[in-house]
Amino acid sequence: MSTTTTQPGGGTPAGSAPASPGKTAATELVSWKAGIGLSLLAILGTVLFGFMSNSKSAGFGIAEAANEAASSVAALVTFVLALLLSVALGYLWFVRRRSGLASGSGAVSGSGTVPGWLPPSTVAAVVVLGLAALGVAKVSKITLPSAAIGWIASVILLGLAGYTVYLTQAKKATPRWVGGTFAAVFLIGFMVWIVAGGNGDEPSISLAGLIAGSVTLAVPLVFGSLSGVLCERVGVVNIAIEGQLLLGAFSAAVVATVTHNVYAGLVAAAVAGALVSLVLAVVSIKYLVNQIIVGVVLNVLISGLTSFLFSTLLTADPDGLNKPGRLPPVDIPFLSDIPVIGPILFHQSLVGYLMYIAVIVVYLGLFHTKWGLRVRAVGEHPQAADTVGINVNRTRFWNVLMGGAIAGIGGSFFTLVSVDAFSKDMSGGRGYIALAALIFGRWNPIGAFLAALLFGFADNLQSVITIIGSPVPSQFMAMLPYALTVFAVAGLVGRSRPPAASGIPYVKG
Amino acid sequence: MSESNTPRQENEVEPERPETLNDDVVLDVALDTADGAMAPSVIPATSQGGQIPHAPGGSVFRQIVTGNAMVSVLSVFLAIVLGGILMAVTNPKVAETAGYFFAQPGDMLTEVFRPYVALVQGSIFNWAGADAAAQLYPITETLTVSTPLILAGLGVALAFRAGLFNIGAQGQIIFGALFGAYVGFTWHLPFLVHLLLVIVAGFIGGAVWGGVVGLLKARTGAHEVIVTIMLNYIANFLLLFLLTTPAFQRKGSTNPISPFLDQSALFPELLGPQFRLHAGFLLAVLATVFVWWLLKRSTLGFEFRAVGANQSAARTAGINVPRAVILVMAIAGALAGLAGIAQVSGTEKYLSGGVAASIGFDAITVALLGRSTPWGTFFAGLLFGAFRAGGVAMQAETQTPIDIVLVIQSLIVLFIAAPPLVRAIFGLNPRKKKKATGGPGSGTIPSGKIESGAATA
Repeated sequence: MSTTTTQPGGGTPAGSAPASPGKTAATELVSWKAGIGLSLLAILGTVLFGFMSNSKSAGFGIAEAANEAASSVAALVTFVLALLLSVALGYLWFVRRRSGLASGSGAVSGSGTVPGWLPPSTVAAVVVLGLAALGVAKVSKITLPSAAIGWIASVILLGLAGYTVYLTQAKKATPRWVGGTFAAVFLIGFMVWIVAGGNGDEPSISLAGLIAGSVTLAVPLVFGSLSGVLCERVGVVNIAIEGQLLLGAFSAAVVATVTHNVYAGLVAAAVAGALVSLVLAVVSIKYLVNQIIVGVVLNVLISGLTSFLFSTLLTADPDGLNKPGRLPPVDIPFLSDIPVIGPILFHQSLVGYLMYIAVIVVYLGLFHTKWGLRVRAVGEHPQAADTVGINVNRTRFWNVLMGGAIAGIGGSFFTLVSVDAFSKDMSGGRGYIALAALIFGRWNPIGAFLAALLFGFADNLQSVITIIGSPVPSQFMAMLPYALTVFAVAGLVGRSRPPAASGIPYVKG
Repeated sequence: MSESNTPRQENEVEPERPETLNDDVVLDVALDTADGAMAPSVIPATSQGGQIPHAPGGSVFRQIVTGNAMVSVLSVFLAIVLGGILMAVTNPKVAETAGYFFAQPGDMLTEVFRPYVALVQGSIFNWAGADAAAQLYPITETLTVSTPLILAGLGVALAFRAGLFNIGAQGQIIFGALFGAYVGFTWHLPFLVHLLLVIVAGFIGGAVWGGVVGLLKARTGAHEVIVTIMLNYIANFLLLFLLTTPAFQRKGSTNPISPFLDQSALFPELLGPQFRLHAGFLLAVLATVFVWWLLKRSTLGFEFRAVGANQSAARTAGINVPRAVILVMAIAGALAGLAGIAQVSGTEKYLSGGVAASIGFDAITVALLGRSTPWGTFFAGLLFGAFRAGGVAMQAETQTPIDIVLVIQSLIVLFIAAPPLVRAIFGLNPRKKKKATGGPGSGTIPSGKIESGAATA
């Protein structure tokens, strides 16, 4: 997205979150952004969670299982597996870290030889372990006192912020875990505070329901941001995600109704998304028009076109054209019985499972195949890619088409899963949130997936707390994803750098 | 740029560039992107003149026919034709009358043209009106609807000229309207002073929201497209929130709307109370003149254009690029803020959640159609205002959904952005292709050799 490779005024190359800790020498300038940002957030947290806390306590319900016996068996098995996995991963981490320290290669943070996937996997395993433990112990509800948790969280937040400031003053980079821990503690403090602020003596929400709803709401966002990842990684800015989602939703509804087959609708959605991409690709790659313009205009065009066709054809004959039926949710045997995790991950529609597959395939494809290497080369330095024999514009063309198809499938979520009829502008700006998720996830499929989950969570939390009543106006909750994205692109939440050639058409010669 | 697969050792003969249309495009893009170092400018400098660059001399007639002005006209024509086809295909009456087309062709043609006739009647001149006032009402309506479009379009266009893609007109309109409306209904002042203060407040509101974007862009390098999209949403939610607070909500109303602005804070009606046309339109004319002066006659405008053409060159020439970026976004935001004032102080007279409607997004298409020049934007605003005003009448009279206007608008902009596409459709390419084979990008010998070498390796 960046217009130039050297940003004006962007004179703080050392990001707050060191993506490559090994390179951050002590002499290098360390940015104050992290210290200041964390301090402000910590103060905000202290005021909200500490001073503004009340005497109530917050309840978090854990979902009741449909099948008691199967559920407890599944919980036990998961517990054992998660325990083994966390112990194994933790041991591996410990050993690698110690050998890294001994050899002195990772002088700064000691993570020189720890592979990047290890810490997050360990944390994930421990989280699964904790959830499974709740299932084994048959805990149905956790109740937390608001004031106590609020103050504990505040103290931890202030401590972490202070540590960051201290490190910055000592010209050292802040290790990665500080940011992660800060975010986690902030989230816990926030949740307790906001739930305890609800109406009633002991306000409570269903944690599993909240998270499951978030995943569902995140489905189109994930597909949209994957489309963005595929396009931007190859050097084409895809603002048209919104249009791809919308046309996908429209054609899924119409085709599924006409053929009486929801799966045909799913295929039609992918084709429709690819069609939008085709226009984007032809106009921006062949006719070299500014990609952002094409994207913006395509969104308007698709919005107008689908609204027009909806008002003329679909409302005239809703039974014949706009009654697609739904993709039913499918339970995966055994896995869906695991408490908390099961209903969240393994009780999805076909589109939901396709989402997991798409994330994994795009991630592996981009970072672990020859094809992915070529794609990224084209997005970073098309001239170099061309020199080694990669056909830049053909690579771009097919990637953009593929991205469109993926976003189109995401669009089918609206008409085949969420609501079983098309209505005007039903994507409701989610294409733009997907764009935000892509940037927040730093142009990485996994990152985009997690960011989309976060935005889905914020979206769902907003509707949940509107029901229980809350100290924060719902509009501010709705604002959250957008505000976070502004912070992200401004470099306050670590550094986010787009592919270098993104937005620049390639002309040979 | 399609490219044939076959290694072509045999046809690497021409030392000079092959003279195809696309090769001219290649040169233009190389110029526009500083040889691939940056994204192409929104309105390429090479397409802003009246002529196509590198066009052959040819006859005067041919130059006019292939020039960029002609491309604009053809784009509008093409979009209207496509829109007409879409309406005809979806209209059951057209299918009905097409059954006896050869017996009575008039019936079908009337059906096909009916929406456009209604559009003209609703936007320019209503010849069916009873008296002069009713006949002229449509054109005043067009001017009224155009006012915020022109103002916001100028904001977008000005940012375009400095190389910035301001999608945030929507949020800037909201902020302008928010500030202006607050001054309008809480302060009680004499007529002209009050109106002036409202305008200033709107100006400041928009400037703040636009300036934030410039500041983030200049200081952190955050891309303005993303920031503006996000700030649009933030402004919208902020507006919705404020309209539920006692400071903004109308007393005794449960709806999220503000009190009416004082009479002294409203734009006077230009043609009497039976027309909605207000003095805000004069403000739009003034703003157009101001932007023209800024860009053509002032040092600051020169700096903006230099930054837009090539940031690195501008920096080398001693222009303070961050300052220019912040200032241009602030002024662009201020112009969009005035569009918000035109809404609250002129057309709507109070603040509501839908104050900005879709003006901010329409403004982008307006600026693109106007090729980012002040007067181009002005007339593009009038055209799209006519589409909007006429679309309402068309929907009422022929039940054709107003959404068709969106389709036509976006098609116009899509075609205008790609002049080679339009010329190809109408067969107006300035140079005939000398060789049908061989892609345009395959021209130069060295890359051809390297490529074939890599293919065999």
